[in-house]
Amino acid sequence: MKYDILISGVGGQGTVLASRILALSSIEAGFFARTAETIGMSQRGGSVVSHVRIGSENSSSVIPLSGADLLIGFELCEAARCIQRLSPDGKCIVNKQVIKPVTVSLGNSNYDTDGITEFIKKNCKCPVFIDGYSLAEQAGSVKAVNIVLLGAAAGLGFLPFDRSVLEKVIASNVPQKYVELNMKAFELGYREGIMQKTVAAC
Amino acid sequence: MRKLLMGNEAIAFGAIKSGVRVVTGYPGTPSTEVLETIAKNNPGHIYVEWSVNEKVAMEVAAGAAYAGARSLVTMKQVGLNVASDPLMSLVYIGVKGGMVILVADDPGPFSSQTEQDTRHFAEFSNLPVFDPSSPEEAYQMIEAAFELSEKVQLPVFLRPTTRICHSCSTIDLPDSFEKPGNPEGFQKDPRWVIFPALAYKKHIHVEQLQTKLSEMFSSSPFNQVVGSGKKGIAASGVAYSYVKEYLSMTDARVKLFKVGTPYPLPSKLALEFLNGLDEVLVVEELDPVVEESLLQLSASNLLNVRIYGKKTNHLPFAGEYSFELVKDAVQKFLGTGIHEDMGHKLTPSDFPARPPVLCAGCPHRGSFYAVKTAMKGQKAVFTGDIGCYTLGNAKPLDMVDTCLCMGAGITVAQGLKHAEPDVRHIAFIGDSTFFHTGIPGIINAVYNNTDITVVVLDNGTTAMTGHQPHPGTGKTIMGSISEKIDIFSLVKACGVKFIKKANPFNLKESARIIREAVEFNGPSVVIFEGPCISLYKPSRIMSVTDNCTSCKKCIREIGCPAMYTEGKKVRIEPSLCYGCTLCSQVCPFDAIGGADQ
Repeated sequence: MKYDILISGVGGQGTVLASRILALSSIEAGFFARTAETIGMSQRGGSVVSHVRIGSENSSSVIPLSGADLLIGFELCEAARCIQRLSPDGKCIVNKQVIKPVTVSLGNSNYDTDGITEFIKKNCKCPVFIDGYSLAEQAGSVKAVNIVLLGAAAGLGFLPFDRSVLEKVIASNVPQKYVELNMKAFELGYREGIMQKTVAAC
Repeated sequence: MRKLLMGNEAIAFGAIKSGVRVVTGYPGTPSTEVLETIAKNNPGHIYVEWSVNEKVAMEVAAGAAYAGARSLVTMKQVGLNVASDPLMSLVYIGVKGGMVILVADDPGPFSSQTEQDTRHFAEFSNLPVFDPSSPEEAYQMIEAAFELSEKVQLPVFLRPTTRICHSCSTIDLPDSFEKPGNPEGFQKDPRWVIFPALAYKKHIHVEQLQTKLSEMFSSSPFNQVVGSGKKGIAASGVAYSYVKEYLSMTDARVKLFKVGTPYPLPSKLALEFLNGLDEVLVVEELDPVVEESLLQLSASNLLNVRIYGKKTNHLPFAGEYSFELVKDAVQKFLGTGIHEDMGHKLTPSDFPARPPVLCAGCPHRGSFYAVKTAMKGQKAVFTGDIGCYTLGNAKPLDMVDTCLCMGAGITVAQGLKHAEPDVRHIAFIGDSTFFHTGIPGIINAVYNNTDITVVVLDNGTTAMTGHQPHPGTGKTIMGSISEKIDIFSLVKACGVKFIKKANPFNLKESARIIREAVEFNGPSVVIFEGPCISLYKPSRIMSVTDNCTSCKKCIREIGCPAMYTEGKKVRIEPSLCYGCTLCSQVCPFDAIGGADQ
C-alpha cells in the first residue's frame, strides 16, 4: 500500500514531531516509511512542509505535485499554499488557526482569511476545518496542536493504522511529563474527528 | 532493530558501525546532525568534538588518521572552503587510518550562501567521492568510504545533499556495534612531512591512483547499469531517485546508469553504458560533473553519442531539482510526454509571504534596534555575518547591509572604512562565529588602527544550527565542562582599548553604550549579552492594556512575530511571547505590561 501525507505549517508548530510520529506509526504497523523535512534557516517562523511517504521503498522522499493522499494544514494559509500537492481525490484537514506573518502586521502583504478559506474549499473535495488551537488549549497547552490534529486525522479515519498504534508511538516520543497532556490532546482531536466525520460525511 | 533514521543519523550509525574513533566538525546546515548523533549514541570508545572551525576540524581528524585511527570530519559545503588549505596538502601526505570527509551540499540553497558542488572539490583535490541517492544508501556508503580510504591511504569524500541529510528512511540497525581494535599508533617516517621534493613524488602517485580508483569504482555496487535501448539516462545523487520513481510509472525502454561515485567516474562501466546509445540525458544537481566526464569519455573514445544535460540547456544549473523538473526533462528526452490532467486547476492566489524571522524574545532584535536608534541621523554602514542574526536584514530592523561569509563582517567593515573614512562602520558577529573566524579580523583592526565598531552578539550558543556548545560556553559535545573562553578578555588581549558589555533588553542603556563606542577613536567592541530563547523558559509574558491607541509603533519598529493586529487592536500571542519587554519599551503610551508566568 502507498499512502502519502503532507503536513504544512509555520516553523515552531511541531510539524517535524508530527511527521515523525506518523512515520514511526507506519513502521510499527509494518510499512516502509520515508519523510522529508524543512530544517535550518527556513525553519525560524517561516513556512514549513513535511512529507510522509508510507509504502515508499522505491520512491523519493518528496511527494510529487497532485500526489498527496492527505494534507494536514497546521495553519490556514499554509494549508492553502500546499493544496497543489494534494491529489484530486485527496483528503484535507485544516487547522483554522491564523498566524499572521510579520509581513502582514507591517502592512506589506495582506492576509485574506475568507479568500483563503474559499480557495481551500474550491480546490479540494471535502476539507475538514478544525479549531485545533482551542482544543489544544483545552488539553492544557496550545503547543499540543500537532497532537490534536493527528487525533483528528485518526478520528476521521484518514490514517492507514489504528489509533492504538499512534497512541503508543506518541507516548514514547514526547517527554514523560507531557505524556498525559498529549494523550488528552489526542483524545480531544480524535473526538472532534469523529464528530466532523458524521457532519461532513466524506 | 528497525528504525526511522534521518540521512544524517544513518550516516552517523554507519560511521559507528565502521569503527570510527575520532569525529570532529563544525556545525553547518545540513550536516550538523551527523556529529550530534554519534555523540548521542557513543558506545564509549569514540572521541567527538565540535572544533573551533572546519580547518581545525580537518587537521584534528587528519592527525587521528595519521596514527591509524578511523576518523570522520563533518561540515557543510562552505565549511570546506575554510578547510581547503589542510585538505589540498593532506591529499599528498595521505592517511593511515581511514578518514572520511563528510561535506553536505545544499542545492536550493535552503540555508547557505552558495550552491557550490563538493564533487568539483573532489575532482580538484583528486579525492574519490561517494554521492548517495537515499539515506539508506548513505548508511552503506560511509562504510565503503572508510574501507576505500584505508585501502588507498587517502581521505575519501561522502557528499550527501540536503534532501538526503534531512530525509528519514526505514533502516535496519544492528542491535549493538563492535568496538574496533586499538589503532596501530603514529610511526615516525619522512612521509608525514611535506617538502617540495616529496610533494612532486606524491603528485605523480596521486595522479596514477586516479585511474586505479576509476577501475575500482567500475565494480562498485553503488554504480550500476540496467535496461537497454538506444537512449540512456545517467543520474547521480537524489536526482537518481526522481528518475527511478518516474521510470517506475512508465514502460519506456531506456538504459539507466546510476552513478554513485561521480569522481573519479567509473570509466569502464560508463563505456559499457555509452556503447550502442544514440543519446544520453544526464541528471544531476548543481554542477555538470558526470555530464562533463561522460562528454570527455565519449570524445576520447570517438563515440557517436549525443549527451544532453545542463550544457545543452536540457536541465538547469542552479536550484534544487524536484520530481516534476526531472519528470519533465525525462519525458521530453524519451518523447513520452503525455498531456496529464492535473485534476484540478489552481487559480493564482495572493498568499502572504512567510519568510523566516528572528524569534519572539530573540536578544538580537534588541541589539539591532538599540544600534539603529543610536545611529539615527548618522551615515553608517552595518556589516553582518553568518548566523541567526543575518535575519536582522529583514524589515523593519533592516540592519544588515552586507553578508559574505563567516568572519567577513569585521573585515569587510575595515575595507569600507578605508574607502569612506567619514562614514561609521559597525560590524555584527555572533559568539560562535567570533571564535570561528572573527578573531583575526579584530587583531587586524587593532594592528592597522582602523576605526570600526564591532558588536558581538553573544547569545550563549550556536543558535542557527540547533544550539551547539562552543568555546565560550565551557561545555563540550562529550558532556564535559572545560574552561570558558571569555570574549571580553580575549578582545582585551587583542589590544582593543574600548570594550563594553551591554544588555540587549535594555534599549536606552544599550544605545548609550553604542554611541560611546562609535565616538571612540580607534577600534571599539561592544558585547551584547542576552541568552537565546532556547536556553530558558519565559518568566513573564506581555499583554496589551486599554491604554493602547493602536498607533502600532511596537509592530512597526521591532517586527516581533508574537505581535499582530486583530481589526485595529494590537495583540500578543501568549504562546510565542518570551517577555523580553522590547515592545513595552518602545510603546509611547505605556500600554504594554507584563504578567508573571
